[in-house]
Amino acid sequence: MKVPLSWLKDYVDIALPVTELAERLTLAGLEVSSIQYLGIEGAELPWDRERIRVGHILAVRPHPNADRLVLADVDYGADQIETVVTGAPNLFPYLGQDVRHLNLKSPFALEGALLFDGHKDDGSKMVLKGRPVRGIMNRHMLCSEKELGISDDHTGILILDPDAPTGAPLADVLGTAVLDIELTPSIARCASIIGVAREVAALTGQRVRYPDYTRLPLEGASLSGRVVIETEEAHLNPRFCAALIEGIQIKPSPYWMQLRLRLAGMRPINNVVDVSNYVMLEVGQPNHAFDYDVLRARADRYAGPERPIRIITRCAREGESIRTLDGVERTLQPFTMLVTDPAGPLSIGGIMGGAESEVHENTRNVLLEAAAWDFINIRRSVQAYGLNSEAAYRFSRGVHPSQAWWGALRAAQLIQQLAGGVIARDILDYYPAPPPPVHVDLPMTEVQRLLGVDLPRQEVRRILEALEFQVEDDEQGVFHVTVPDHRMDIGTGVVGRADLIEEIARIYGYDRFPNTQIEDVMPPQRDNLSLLHEERIRDLLIEAGLQEVMTYRLTAPQREALLLPPNASPEERPYVTLTNPISPERTVMRHRLLAGVLDVLAQNLRHRERVAVFEIGPVFLLPSEQDVLPDEVPTLCIALSGPRELVTWHGADTRPMDFFDLKGILETLVQGLHIRPVSFRPAEHPSYHPGRTAHLLVGEEVIGVFGQLHPWVQEAFDIPSQRPVLAAELDLRRLTAHIPAYFTVRPLPRFPAVRQDIALVVDENIPAQRVEEAILQAGGKMLVGVQLFDVYRGAQIGSGKKSLAYTLTFNAEDRTLTDEEVARIQARIVRSLEASLGARLRG
Amino acid sequence: MPDSPQSIETLDQLAAQALAELTGISDSQTLEHWHTTYLGRKGKVTLAVRRVGELPKEERPAFGQHANRVKQQLEAAYEERARLIKAQEMERSLAEGAVDVTLPGHPVLRGRLHPSIQTLRRILQIWADMGFQVYRSRDVETDEYNFQLLNFPPHHPARDMQDTFYTTQPDVLLRTHTSPGQIHAMRAYCPQPIRVVLPGMCYRYEQITARSEIQFHQVEGLAVGYHIRFTDLKGTLTDFAQRMFGAGRKTRFRASYFPFTEPSAEMDVECILCHGKGCRLCKYTGWLEILGCGMVHPVVLQNGGYDPTIYSGYAFGMGVERIAMLCYGIEDIRYFWGNDLRFLEQF
Repeated sequence: MKVPLSWLKDYVDIALPVTELAERLTLAGLEVSSIQYLGIEGAELPWDRERIRVGHILAVRPHPNADRLVLADVDYGADQIETVVTGAPNLFPYLGQDVRHLNLKSPFALEGALLFDGHKDDGSKMVLKGRPVRGIMNRHMLCSEKELGISDDHTGILILDPDAPTGAPLADVLGTAVLDIELTPSIARCASIIGVAREVAALTGQRVRYPDYTRLPLEGASLSGRVVIETEEAHLNPRFCAALIEGIQIKPSPYWMQLRLRLAGMRPINNVVDVSNYVMLEVGQPNHAFDYDVLRARADRYAGPERPIRIITRCAREGESIRTLDGVERTLQPFTMLVTDPAGPLSIGGIMGGAESEVHENTRNVLLEAAAWDFINIRRSVQAYGLNSEAAYRFSRGVHPSQAWWGALRAAQLIQQLAGGVIARDILDYYPAPPPPVHVDLPMTEVQRLLGVDLPRQEVRRILEALEFQVEDDEQGVFHVTVPDHRMDIGTGVVGRADLIEEIARIYGYDRFPNTQIEDVMPPQRDNLSLLHEERIRDLLIEAGLQEVMTYRLTAPQREALLLPPNASPEERPYVTLTNPISPERTVMRHRLLAGVLDVLAQNLRHRERVAVFEIGPVFLLPSEQDVLPDEVPTLCIALSGPRELVTWHGADTRPMDFFDLKGILETLVQGLHIRPVSFRPAEHPSYHPGRTAHLLVGEEVIGVFGQLHPWVQEAFDIPSQRPVLAAELDLRRLTAHIPAYFTVRPLPRFPAVRQDIALVVDENIPAQRVEEAILQAGGKMLVGVQLFDVYRGAQIGSGKKSLAYTLTFNAEDRTLTDEEVARIQARIVRSLEASLGARLRG
Repeated sequence: MPDSPQSIETLDQLAAQALAELTGISDSQTLEHWHTTYLGRKGKVTLAVRRVGELPKEERPAFGQHANRVKQQLEAAYEERARLIKAQEMERSLAEGAVDVTLPGHPVLRGRLHPSIQTLRRILQIWADMGFQVYRSRDVETDEYNFQLLNFPPHHPARDMQDTFYTTQPDVLLRTHTSPGQIHAMRAYCPQPIRVVLPGMCYRYEQITARSEIQFHQVEGLAVGYHIRFTDLKGTLTDFAQRMFGAGRKTRFRASYFPFTEPSAEMDVECILCHGKGCRLCKYTGWLEILGCGMVHPVVLQNGGYDPTIYSGYAFGMGVERIAMLCYGIEDIRYFWGNDLRFLEQF
């Protein structure tokens, strides 16, 4: 909402500097997002008070040497008349005339004044210098809007209103500041200059000066019997007022009105349309002017001459359409309210007029509508057609029906003043059920309870009255408050109380309340275990050297389909799918983290060799199409690729990371979480390399899959094939369920340990994990450590065999073990493995 | 020498010769050789002393005493020399072992948390210290929880404030704020008093630009009790700002509008870049908008199961990435989900 300060001052006295006013409004909830200055201090071009004045053009004479130039004699309040050379086309009609009596006023810039250059479009400025123009010395200038920085219009000189005081500094006549206020839905009442004036008045202790509509000259023939109003849906159109102004003349509106409209962000059209917009901006009541003769001609057809025009408001009928005044033919939805006559739709109620009955340059008689519409129904229609208008903006946020009457009077008054004609007697008002005023009982104890401060009763009353609430004090500590119509944001009962308390706090000033600490009882304290576990996992993974990433939780099915090789059966679980995606890449909620993480890998591998990342976040699984809400499963995804260490001058292990680097991270993770018993089993998964894929299990429960990425998948994600990608996907809900609440530490050994190396030859197909388990089982409690340090295959041990070399650590709690004891245990281990796995000791 | 008759003089000559040799020695190997030559089991001095028997009996005690002194003297000289040589050799070896300390260190492959999580942890930590514990709720929500129970009726203009992603399932959407968690928490804990913080990912139907994203983290806070006041809201949030943005940082509260709070406010903090003087970051206002807050709306309390005439509460909500952007001078919100390691590794 753009609010020119000069307009605002018509309704409320403002003594504060504009920046201070903006600050007060902002703190009170009317956020001033910017202040634009025109001609005054702070403007990009402040108008020199001495050199830019209101000039009175006395005569327009021909230029002796040029047909396209004229000479204008200008009185600017000084002792002598100045003559300027100008090519302004809008002076040519007056050529050769003495126009003293026309009161042609225009901004007059004297030599030395700083102006925008009218011939350049880059906003450059120039200092006005005297120079001869086709043989006539020219020192001063009559200005266009562009030269003054009002608009880009440079088609002619700006013609001011005739009553502009000759010789006055232009800054005093046109200069102003425009506040741009962002309106939240709760302060839709401020979508008008008077609405803002009410806030200013309440904040600064002033009173609003409302325009006077009471002396409306109703001189035309009565409207009753000429137009009849009917509404079929009174709850959607609770009020409909209509005024007829006959014998008007369509022409441009006066400059003051054009300028105000322009400063408020609207384009001047003609006097009737401008008044309609002006009244909407001034009092907040949107209204619409119909060409009365068009309505009459239709009535002649549907009812016959002498029969009244019938205005009927109703919902659209199936398949009905209207051509709106933006020229678009629109098919209407059945919930949309229309203004119609028996011949068909005339306008979309409260949103946009129809093209047929639009006011045009030959219009002589206008029927002015000011009505009230249900805000939710308006909003529904606005959304259905994507059709927003200034009227719809206001109606969809709530305009009280009481405003319609005032809007009709004000518009009729201004049309009559600016376009002439007479206003017909008996302005129509269809208002079958005026809503009763809202009352709220506000106990002072509630104010104190919620705000925490004991405000004086007089202060509370003063604030409410400043906002035009009627307040009755029952002396028992309760205010009986009557809400003014324009405050549609104030509810009833407990809600109304909260609404009023907010008003009190807002006008009193939030910053005047002290800061306190909660004195209330402390609620029961609770840990959030799932978060604690997630955070512990994050810490363990960054300790393992992984970088955390976060990707979009929105993806596309075709993106996730790339996680499966072309021959795999496609994903069939349903997705949570958006109806209004922002782009084709973000249409559904992800099923897996892997696609996003692989994108991160691919992107970063373009500028570096090594990437080791993880993401923790939910995946969204709908067990079936019938499920309303998805299961949001917390998931961990890890991805690695590149050398084990970075190349340095110092040397490094630059072999590519492989399956066992990833497995080491997972082992570190489960150990750090003290989860037991953990095992790893060969597994198959279409996204992963066959033979290099495993499940991580706790007990018999599969927690997730990991391994080397399938080469197809790697290629699909544009990841170069030189180095393998390792990835893991774990279900964190399953994993964290096994985290013990406590764990106990082992005491330090009191006696020295004995270490022995042993190499066992087994069949190639026996997994290392089985060998290790067998060793541990056979070793008994003296065997406290088994560390595999070499795997060997070769001719020495025969084909189909492998040699596994372990360091075994033996320790007893109560003594130093002797060599004989250790040898006995080791022999037992060898015997046991010979029997169970066909192993033999490597010689 | 073995041929010359044994005497104190010959012993002294031998000792003098040994000492003279010793002063010329500068390495530990030669020194050990010297020790063997003179003082070893078959060393010259040792043998010379052993020849005491060749002397007349009455001279033997004097010679013996003298010989011991000579031996002690030589041993002492040897120890002294050994210390000197060791120190010299150490110095030589240290000098040879010097490295170019300006060569880069061996890189440690350190992992890091995502900046959103780092910022979130900091925020949650501050609130935890004030007795607010974490409550989490779902990303995919119902219209009822995301809007209706929070006092946004269907078709209400307040819904325009939050552009929403809807799903093919009627009345199911991606939460536009963490506020549905307020209702979940209230319904879970009613009638107990509540102090919780609700972190989570939120979604808005927006064009992705340097300033706006389709997903972002929010942290919502909720306090409900028998005696929670507007002044408490101001007090706790001011304390939060002092810890998050630095002690002494000014705050201000502006009236605002959220359907689920009343009175509603927005808290600004003094610009962290210009300290209130006005700069590009704060758009020359001197203030940065940090969070929205207010007293819990009576309808919302009711929807959570709490009688608004007995209970009161406050709520607040802030954007985690926005705060991170202000704290770290990040100018483009797309960095957060862009996951360029050159960005992430700066944290």
